[in-house]
This record gives sequence, C-alpha cells and structure tokens, in this order.
Amino acid sequence: MTPELNLSRDPAHLRHGSNIGQPLSRVDGLAKVTGRATYAADNNPPGLLYAVLAVSSVARGRVAALDVAAAKAHPGVVEVMTQANRPPLHSDPDGKPNPFSFRFEALQNDRVRYANQPIAVVIAESLEAATEGAALLAPRYEAEPARIGLDADAAYVPPVVGMGMPAEQRHGDVEAAFAASEKQITAIYETPPHYHNAMEPHAIVAEWQGDRLVIDTPTQGLVMMRARLAELFGIAPDNILIRSPFLGGGFGGKGLMAGPQVLGILAAKMVGRPVKLVARREQLYGPFGHRSPTKQTLRLGASAAGQLAGIHHHARIATSSFEDFYEAAAHVTHTLYAAPAIATTYDAVRMDTGTPLFVRAPGLAPGSIALESAVDEMAEACGLDPLAFRVKNYAEVEPSTGKPFSSKALRECYTQGAERFGWWERPLKARTMRDKDGFLVGWGMGTATFHALMFAGQARAVIRRDGSGVVESGAHDMGQGAWTALAQVAADSLALELDQVTFKAGTSDLPDAGIAGGSAHTATVGTAIHNAGAAVIARLAELATSDQRSPLFGAGNAGVIARNGRLIRRDDEGRGESYADILARAGLDEVDGSGSGVPDPAANEQYAMHSHGAVFAEVKVDPDLGQVRVTRMVGAFAAGRIINPKLVKSQLVGGMIWGISLALHEEAVTDRRSGRIMNANLGEYHVPVNADVPAIEAFTVAEHDPFVNPLGIKGVGEIGITGSAGAVANAVAHATGVRIRRFPVRISDLVRRA
Amino acid sequence: MNRFDYVKPATVAEAIAAAGAPGAAYLASGTNLLDLMKGNVVRPERLVDITQIKELTRIETLDNGDVRIGALVRNADLAYDASFARDFPAVAEALLSGASAQLRNAATVGGNLLQRTRCAYFYDTASACNKRAPGSGCDARDGENSQHAVLGWSDACIATNPSDFCVPLAAFDAVVEIEGSSSRREVALEALHLLPGSTPEREGVLNPGELIVAVRLPAAARGFARHARYLKVRERNSYAFAVVSAAAGLVIENGSIKQARLALGGVAAKPWRAHDAEALLAGQSAEPEVFEHAADAALREAKPSGDNAYKIPLARQLIVRALAAAAQGTPSRMPALPASPFSAVPGALHDA
Repeated sequence: MTPELNLSRDPAHLRHGSNIGQPLSRVDGLAKVTGRATYAADNNPPGLLYAVLAVSSVARGRVAALDVAAAKAHPGVVEVMTQANRPPLHSDPDGKPNPFSFRFEALQNDRVRYANQPIAVVIAESLEAATEGAALLAPRYEAEPARIGLDADAAYVPPVVGMGMPAEQRHGDVEAAFAASEKQITAIYETPPHYHNAMEPHAIVAEWQGDRLVIDTPTQGLVMMRARLAELFGIAPDNILIRSPFLGGGFGGKGLMAGPQVLGILAAKMVGRPVKLVARREQLYGPFGHRSPTKQTLRLGASAAGQLAGIHHHARIATSSFEDFYEAAAHVTHTLYAAPAIATTYDAVRMDTGTPLFVRAPGLAPGSIALESAVDEMAEACGLDPLAFRVKNYAEVEPSTGKPFSSKALRECYTQGAERFGWWERPLKARTMRDKDGFLVGWGMGTATFHALMFAGQARAVIRRDGSGVVESGAHDMGQGAWTALAQVAADSLALELDQVTFKAGTSDLPDAGIAGGSAHTATVGTAIHNAGAAVIARLAELATSDQRSPLFGAGNAGVIARNGRLIRRDDEGRGESYADILARAGLDEVDGSGSGVPDPAANEQYAMHSHGAVFAEVKVDPDLGQVRVTRMVGAFAAGRIINPKLVKSQLVGGMIWGISLALHEEAVTDRRSGRIMNANLGEYHVPVNADVPAIEAFTVAEHDPFVNPLGIKGVGEIGITGSAGAVANAVAHATGVRIRRFPVRISDLVRRA
Repeated sequence: MNRFDYVKPATVAEAIAAAGAPGAAYLASGTNLLDLMKGNVVRPERLVDITQIKELTRIETLDNGDVRIGALVRNADLAYDASFARDFPAVAEALLSGASAQLRNAATVGGNLLQRTRCAYFYDTASACNKRAPGSGCDARDGENSQHAVLGWSDACIATNPSDFCVPLAAFDAVVEIEGSSSRREVALEALHLLPGSTPEREGVLNPGELIVAVRLPAAARGFARHARYLKVRERNSYAFAVVSAAAGLVIENGSIKQARLALGGVAAKPWRAHDAEALLAGQSAEPEVFEHAADAALREAKPSGDNAYKIPLARQLIVRALAAAAQGTPSRMPALPASPFSAVPGALHDA
C-alpha cells in the first residue's frame, strides 16, 4: 500500500483560491485513453503524401551513388529528394546562429557523419510505396573507418560543458586534501550511450499555404523551433504555425529542432502538397540526439572518521565529429557533499555518431550514479553506514560556492525516507542478507538532486464579461501533465474555479512559454501565468476602485483581493463585486493582462537553488545465476511547492524507474567497426517492463522556498532518476559484495563462475 | 517493404498449392515475419495467409493418448488450456515466459517453431551474414556477441535459436507434422532445426512449400508432469529473450531418478537436447552432485564463440537449478513470473 503524497494545503501556499495543491487527474487523460488526443502523426490533411527517410548504413564517408531511377520507377513514388535536387534553404544547416542551434543534416551535401544519418527522402502516395522506394535507392558509399568508443580518437579538453559551464572547476586544493587524507579511494565508472526512446517517434506533418507554413510536430520548444525554422526558410516567424498539443514523451529528445523535421518541410515544398514524415523506430537512433557514453574517474579523500576532505570527479565524454555538446557528468559533485576541496575536470573525444544532446537529467543521471557509488565505496572504507556517512558530510551551504541554499529539506528526506524504508535495520557488511528462498538481498541508497531552474516564459490572462477566464501560454505537455498543472495555476491566478477558466497551450501563436526542459516548465510558465493573472486582477481592481458606483470605490488597488470570481475589500470582506459586474459597468467585453516568468537574478546571485531527495532500494540477486531484481524502492523528495501531488508522484515514480533502467538495463550496443547501433529497437534496447518495477513509494516532504520564484516551485521532472540509479547500484553491491562499476549491471558480472 | 501477392486459402491443400511458387512464404500471425519484411531481411513475393484454415486451430487428444496441437493454436491459448498445462507444465511455463502478453495472444505454435534467430547481424542488412546472404561472412564473430552460441556453432555462424517453446518440446520428444505438395511426413522436433555447419542459411529440414500443420506431444511425456520445470535467465524480468534457458523433466521413484529429460535454449542454433546428461541422470538419486555431473556432461562440448564465455558457467548453474526445481516438484500453480528464477515461491505475487 503506497500512501498518497502529502497535500500541500498550507494556507501560505494558497494565493487566491484552492486549485493549487489538489491531486487532480489529468484533464487530457480521457482523450488519451480513448484515442481522441491527436498526436502529430495522427493528422491527415487532404492531399497528404508520405515521406520516408533513407538513412546511411555507414558512419563516416560519402554517398557515392543512389539509384534514384529505381526508386522513382516504383509505383506510387512521387519524388525522391536528394542533395542534388532539394529546395534551397535560406541558411546553412551547418551554421551556428546561437548556442542552442545545433548543426544538423538536411541533404546539404553528400557527406555521411554517422550511421542512420538521412541521405535521401522518398515521397509517395502511400507509406508502403515510400518505404519501398527508400529501399530501392540501394546506396553505395565511399566509407572511411568509423571512430567509435571513448578511446577512438585523441582526447582534448572541451571549451565548455553542458550549456556553458567550465570544463575545469576547482574549489580548494584537492591534491593537498588527498595528501592529508587517511582514507583514499579511486574508482572508474562507465555508462553507455542512452537514447530517449519516447513512445511517440519524431514526426511531422508539413503544409505550405503559399508563404505560410503550418506544421504538426511534437516539440518541447514551440517558439524556439519557430524562430529556427523562420531563419532556415527565410520567412517571418508569424508566417509559421506549429501545433504540438501532445507529446508522447520528450525527455529532451524533442527539445530542439532536428534535421528530419526540416526534411519533412522541404519535401512538402518540393511536391507542393502536405507531407507526413515519421521516423521509423530504428531511425530514432541517429539524428535526434542521445546521451554520450561516459567514463568517470572519482577520487575521494576522507578522514578515518569519515569526514570528506576532497573529491575529484573527472569525466571522459564524447561528442560528434561536427558539433560540440559535452555531457556535464561531473558537475553534480559541486553541489552535494561538504568536501572542503572539490575539482571537476573533463576531457572528450570525437566520435562518428550523431551529436549527443539533452537526455533526461543531462549530466546528472550518469554523474549521480558514479558519485553515489563512490560515496558508498568511501563509506565502506571508513566503516560507516552509507546514510550516516552522507549525513556526516551534509552540505549546509553549497560546497563549491559557499552560497546558502534557497531551501534544502534533504535532511527531512533522509529521515523520513529511511524510516519508511526501514533503513536502520541494514547490516553494515555486504552479502550478509538472504531471503527465505536463498536469494541475496541488498539495501542501497542515493542522494537525489537537480537544479531548480527557470527559463523565460510569457502568459496572457483574460477576464471575460461573463466573469470567466482565459489563460494562454504556448506551453508543452509531454505527458508530465502541463495541461492540468498549469490550468490549476491559471485558475488560482484569476481566483476562479478550474471549470471557469479556459487554458490554451500547445501552439506557437500563443505567448512564448520557453522550453519545456530542465524540469523548469511549471516554474517558468506557472510564474508567468501567476503574474498575468495578477496583472488582469489589477486592471479589474483599477476599474472598480476608481468608479464611484462600485462598492470598492476608493479602496485602492492594494486594498482589494480576488476570491471566487469577485473582488472584495481587504478590510471589509462583506463589500465586494463580481468580475462580471465590474466589466458590465465599465462597458467592456473583457480585460487582459500579461505576465512573464523569469529567474530573479538577485536571488540567483545570493542563493544556490536545488531540489533534493533520498532514494532507498532493495534488490534481490540470484547467487548462482546473477539475475537481479529490484524488489522495493522508497523515494523522499523536497521540491518546493507541489502544484499537483498526483502528477508529481507520477513524475517521481517515472524518474525512479528510469534510475532502475540506468543501473540495470539501458545500453545502446554499438558495433565498433561499423558505428551502427545493433539494438535499435524497443525489443532489444532494454528499458524496465512491469516485471522489473517493484512496489515504489514516492513522496514529498514539506519545503517552503520563498526565493526560487513567487510560487515556490522547484520542478520534479528529472530529479527522480538521480539518486535512484545509485541506490540500485549500491544495493547490488550490498547484496553481492561485488562492486560493479560498468553500467548497466549485467548477468555476466554476477554469475557464479565456479 | 516490397510489393507482394497476398492469398488467403481456406484449406491446407489450397495453401500448399499456393505456396508452391518460388518466393512464397506462409503467413500466420506475422509476429516475426512482418518485422523481417519491414527490415528488408526477407522479401517474399507471395504471402500465403493460412489464418483462415480452421482445421489447424484445434488442440486434441488422440486415441493413443498423444496430444496434437494445430499449427495455428495461439501461444496463449495453448498455455492457458487447463488440461494441457496440467499434463505438460514445463511447456506451458515456457510459452508464458516468452515475448509479451500481446505477442503471445497473436503468435502461433507453427510460427514459433520457425522463428528466426535474433542475431542483430542477421537483422542488419548492411552486415555480413552467412545465414541471410550465404558466403558473405559473419560479422557477429568479431562483433557484439555476448548473447551468441556456445554449443554447435561453426565459423560460418554463431547465432542462436530464440524459441522458449521449442526447448521443452525437444526435451519431451515432440513430433512435428509436415505436409507438402505430394506427401505428409513427421519429424522429431529435435531434428527439425539444423546446426549451421557450413550452410547456416539452411536452418531446418523443411523443404520449400512444406507446411507445419501440427505438433504432437507423446502420451509418455505426461509421465514427467509432476517433476517438470522451465527456467529462463534474462537481462530483464520479462519481455526478453533467454540468455540461457533450460527445460527439465524427471520421473522419480523412491527418491531415485527413473527417467530424465533435459534441453537448453539460448545456447545453440537449435533447442539443445542433452542426451548424455539424461543418460547420466537415469538411475541416480536426485541430489545436487548428480545434477552437477549432468550439467558438466551437457556442456562438455561447450566453448565460447566470442565475448560469451560466461554463458557456460551460467548454463551449468541453470541446469543444476532446473533439475533441482524439477525434483522439488511442479508448482501447483503457474508462477506469476513464469520460468523466472525469482519464482521460487510457486504462485507468489510478482512483487513479493
């Protein structure tokens, strides 16, 4: 029996109404389970043609020949688009207009720079004809040797990692700290390439209406994508409409525009008809980003009593041959444990793969499993319980910067999570617990953390003559529940009930909601909506308080509050007036207001802002066969204000399952000779299935954060992965007495060989 | 995929006639064939859809006590047939450990017998594969081969047969009924699949146009019902192919093994019947040391074909475990996670 998340009904969290904090079911749930929710590829405008990508089977070289004639001769094929005949683009796909623009392939030349790179597009009257046309192209290549693997090329120090963080960052003197440490460990941890594997493949339906472009495509960044397309096609952003009401999973893979989307638009331009292009499952392992493999070296020094003196976290990572993106795997070490000396360093190699990009919990997912494993190894070296060790090294301020935290209820997470799990019954020594059937049992834990980010977003709010509200922001629902959670914020911002407010999102003609990433969407857009609501309420108050006929006359803007569709006097709640009456008397059909959600630079300068959590895992391991099963997980998280506890629980549980996946299952298997991924399908790229997922408890502890943003929202999208992966890895080590440092943990690591 | 003819015969005779042309392939549920076609691994010119042939959908007990299973019986229907599962529990357990519920609801008995290897180099048409393109070479030999064969492989091919169902069928002497244009014949399941040798493209003894119409389990196989298990080690706890699997059946009288049956999956290009181990077990007491000797005998010829040496000790541990589980007795209920090593407690909840 899993308890419900605590409802955040603290009056301090209630601004106007009571929608925030309610565990509402998702408003789009019924449409989704009945098939009425329209995903991009569900659109079939009249005259539609089908486009299919032909992709490269070599990882490096050039396309020497394509049998275009054979493809065009196939019944139903309308056109074959290659680098020889594709319509021009206004700007170069290999250009770099801003740091968020990543180079991509749109048939700009005959070069191949990774396996599964698009090399042609076949457009036909049916999907089947286009598919066969693509096969008939029978490409010939001039191939060059593929560079695959973290030792495939000379390593270099990248200019920056993540989005602009330094590749070398030192606080204190780690070498001196190690020299003075009684306990030292050095360990190397490896993680493989990961792919997003969203259920919904990347897809686009593109239609040109003269100069105007209308597209249906899943995106986590509507307005950013619109700007990129405007610049690529040389048209005004206002001439582009992107519709993305639902995403079947994003995970960062739909954050940025990708080449195949541009190819779909080019195909529509070429044939003068609407075109649908859906990437096949195996084609998702190439042009859409992935997580770099990592090889991380952790060096820790501590006193014999278990006080950390220094941590050096070095990460070897990969990027593509033509673009720079560096998984910031080591940076988690700057924020978590109170070591006086901390250093993070990186080096990188170029590989013949697509460019690695944002994958859920960028940097932190692989970084956390390495750090949490190493911390456990040090705890063991000091003879300390892993949780006791973490508490002993609890960071009261952010270790590398010395900044206070805007809020940090991690200690409560440790305490409540440990209690719920029964952690303190854990024997210190590994391989000492067995269940009644003889399986090895192990308990492990990990600390979860994620930055509390905000991007920049806008919203518009309207009160209509009938007293109802409309709130608009081009927000993105990737399955996380934005349609629901943001509508709850919207209703509260206008002091209305949910059913009195129409919430509009998911198209690029609405106010820019920024990017749905970095676990920042609810904080960003929620703040924008909150401010837009406040602006429209202020306008209403202005109308009422300056009108002699209003019972609120003379109260002053600050003297009224909004509640249940009315403005009332702060000093006399009996005096008030409905929105509808105010608008009727003013002779207005509606009033509107705009708001933005942006991070507060002063608060960010002053405070370190992070979510935290503590995850506890139990695994069972077959002592002979080496098969592992997670049997229990408890996660306690502190993430500021919780808008919708039901959705938040789903997010946290989903993240924890991703953590199981990282520790035990996920791996893109690449043939080092060809550069092709050999398990590019959901049958053989393993993610957990139901039988791998145990009873999971996820709950939040109360955390009030007055500094992150006006609503105190920190975000919950990605934190669940961090901590969880390490907890499972540590539980395997505790069960077996064997520390596996190359993830995922495999049967070959644990099978009894004698 | 390529353009192809599609015909839907109503009888076996019509089907065989329709499949006589070169390039024809039988289509049942297509849980494997359609994936292969979409990937251009196979390009049949004609699909002969046999799903309307009602006579192939029956499970019947013959006068001699054999159970005859029509080739179109769905995997799930067979596994959930109460009397079948009671009489042949290891077969039912193997079926329920395969694929996913959705696939089991569609996949057929005949199709399962003829499913192709999951070797990634076979599916990847840009790779060299002697099975797909004879003479082209084998990219698996120096490639990603941690899941590949440790028994019966050749330099030409190291692929494995992925079937769970076939493993207990081989162990319990199942017979395959085959119809061709001019004749009807029977082949022991154990002899249906071929080891690769120098002709890995020839995967079995079926001739072009021949159709599997039924599989028979001999009446005698019921004798193992009280001591029969199928166990399967996999990299996730469901919806994964076996790294190694084992079917074990024992007839035990007064603590002594009267008869034994043992076959392995995931180790070779065919379900691997371990006759030497069976012979060694007969007459012995059901004890761990005996099982270990049997495991050693079963794996005497085993050798790694690549980065898969671990599969040999894994197979050894699994044989011992499967024999011990069989000796302990068939569970009274199908485990919630069929064939899982974690189903030590019969019928236990899967998250227990």
